[in-house]
Amino acid sequence: MTQVIVNGLYLGAQYALIALGLTLIFALMNVLNFAHGQMYVLGGFVTYTVYGQLKLPFGVALLASGVTLAVVGAVFERFLFRTVIRRSLREESTMLLAAATATLLDAVILLLFGEKQRGVPKIVNGVLNTDWLIMPYDKIFVGVLAILGIAAFMAFMQFSKPGRAMRALAQDRVAAQLMGVEVDRYTMIGFAMGAMLAGVVGGLLVAATGVNSGIGGPISIKAFTMVMIGGAGVVGGAIVGGFILGMMESVGLSVLHAYGDATYLVIFVALMIFLSIRPNGLMGKPWG
Amino acid sequence: MSLKGKIAAVVGFIFIVFVVTPWLIATTGRSDLYYTLTSVALLAIAGAGVWVTFYIGRINMGQGAYALIGGYVCAILVVKYGVSFWLSLPLAGLFCAAASVLVGLPILRLRGTYFCMITLVFTEVARLSALALPITNGAKGISNIPLPGPIAVFGIVLVPDFSTLANSRLAFYFLSAGLMVACFAGLYRLVHSRMGQLCLSLQQNEELASSIGVNIANLRVIAYAISSFLGGIGGALFISISQSIYPSSFTVNDSLNFMLSCFLGGLGYVFGPIIGTFVLYFGWDFLFTTGEYQLLIYSTVLIALILVLPNGILSLRPYGWKRGT
Repeated sequence: MTQVIVNGLYLGAQYALIALGLTLIFALMNVLNFAHGQMYVLGGFVTYTVYGQLKLPFGVALLASGVTLAVVGAVFERFLFRTVIRRSLREESTMLLAAATATLLDAVILLLFGEKQRGVPKIVNGVLNTDWLIMPYDKIFVGVLAILGIAAFMAFMQFSKPGRAMRALAQDRVAAQLMGVEVDRYTMIGFAMGAMLAGVVGGLLVAATGVNSGIGGPISIKAFTMVMIGGAGVVGGAIVGGFILGMMESVGLSVLHAYGDATYLVIFVALMIFLSIRPNGLMGKPWG
Repeated sequence: MSLKGKIAAVVGFIFIVFVVTPWLIATTGRSDLYYTLTSVALLAIAGAGVWVTFYIGRINMGQGAYALIGGYVCAILVVKYGVSFWLSLPLAGLFCAAASVLVGLPILRLRGTYFCMITLVFTEVARLSALALPITNGAKGISNIPLPGPIAVFGIVLVPDFSTLANSRLAFYFLSAGLMVACFAGLYRLVHSRMGQLCLSLQQNEELASSIGVNIANLRVIAYAISSFLGGIGGALFISISQSIYPSSFTVNDSLNFMLSCFLGGLGYVFGPIIGTFVLYFGWDFLFTTGEYQLLIYSTVLIALILVLPNGILSLRPYGWKRGT
């Protein structure tokens, strides 16, 4: 039982960090970032290259993942999304663009890193083995790092100047602009930060379970699920959604493991029922 | 465009589809193009469904699910119960429409991104259900689905048995193209009917529409059912051509492609899905020669196209078409 809960927490911490990036981008720009899973995979491969191939320290590798993805995110926002939002008659066109960027990243990842499953040497060796819990140390390490990441993100959003600007933007774009917030600049920073979070989690993932080029799409779907549970565009909702999904997955896999993919079927069906009762998720603002 | 111009365009299009294209293929000997064109026609039908849901202001990314359900219903009816293909095709569509009413009643209350995400999840639900349910035969799928049989009325054979035909590809092409023309003719009629106007009012402002007495709950379920019907028909016909169906026959990627082709063709235009599907499918096939760079070039071109024409290919308006035609 403890085992299941700890596994759920470990999964949930990672998931929450992914969902945070997605929800940040959504809150700032109303863009559903389909490429989020692909960004995560790209981050994983950067860490794999820097830590696994070049043998640099893991911290440097994580930093490299974050910086690479932040640059990718900033470029996407500045040259693609901003242009389309300005030119398009309707907001939904950004969704098409997001799907296209997901394909683009998929193609780039496939060309640069191939389709093999990649892993790196363990960061921390050994397994924590007590009578109520068996957990490899590196998983604990990754889980703790993820929770630290969430805390750092929340602190940044709460207390720093860019964080305050972004919260203002999410609340009311026009009002924020009238108060002198540089909307364009902070939107770009926000998109870059969302992408960076995806990259950092990807780097954490490669250390724990390895990465391959095919998992981007499924991760995006999971990220959407978490955001829907918590409510789109709400930071607290993303964290709660991430932990709920992680816990459900962990419990489901241990209860339903005989039925294969039935866990996800149950989760998705439960989600659809939940959303028909509470369309805005747990903490989301009413839509429209 | 004047009435005469419209009639000329329709006749020209039908002429190109049913006379010029087969003639061109016969003279050049590229009979493999039949399969490609048939796929385009079927995907355009399913894409038309996505377009209908867009018309009531919802972005539907669950069309892959209905294509899969329609395919499975048709395959199970034909293989396990020996029902004629010609009967199971509309039955597959009706089953999808019925299923979509059940699914749609709760989820159509959602809007914008939420609806978009929940339909995406629904595609996954369909795939996972196909894996888990006993009647769908799990991951092994259903293969060796027989080709459509003959239709005879009072002893007169209207449609020959597809398996006795020398070129069943040609038969499938005519069938799919005919369905596509019928589907878009119906869609055009729907959009320009009273109901179409009501749907447009839903797209623009649901609260306002509701306040002047439009039954929005009813209308959106009807539109969603039409959409799913088209998806089911498209999927069912598709699997009868490939003669097999697996849980991975229609996945999230297909759902995304349906949506992409609608957007690419232009959401303000009834015939957007045809153009979008045509460009997407042929663009992808055309790039096959570039090998490993296929995906990279394809997505780059797609992004460039979105940047240049964010309102769809048809927004070029070659003959000064009005928005909404």
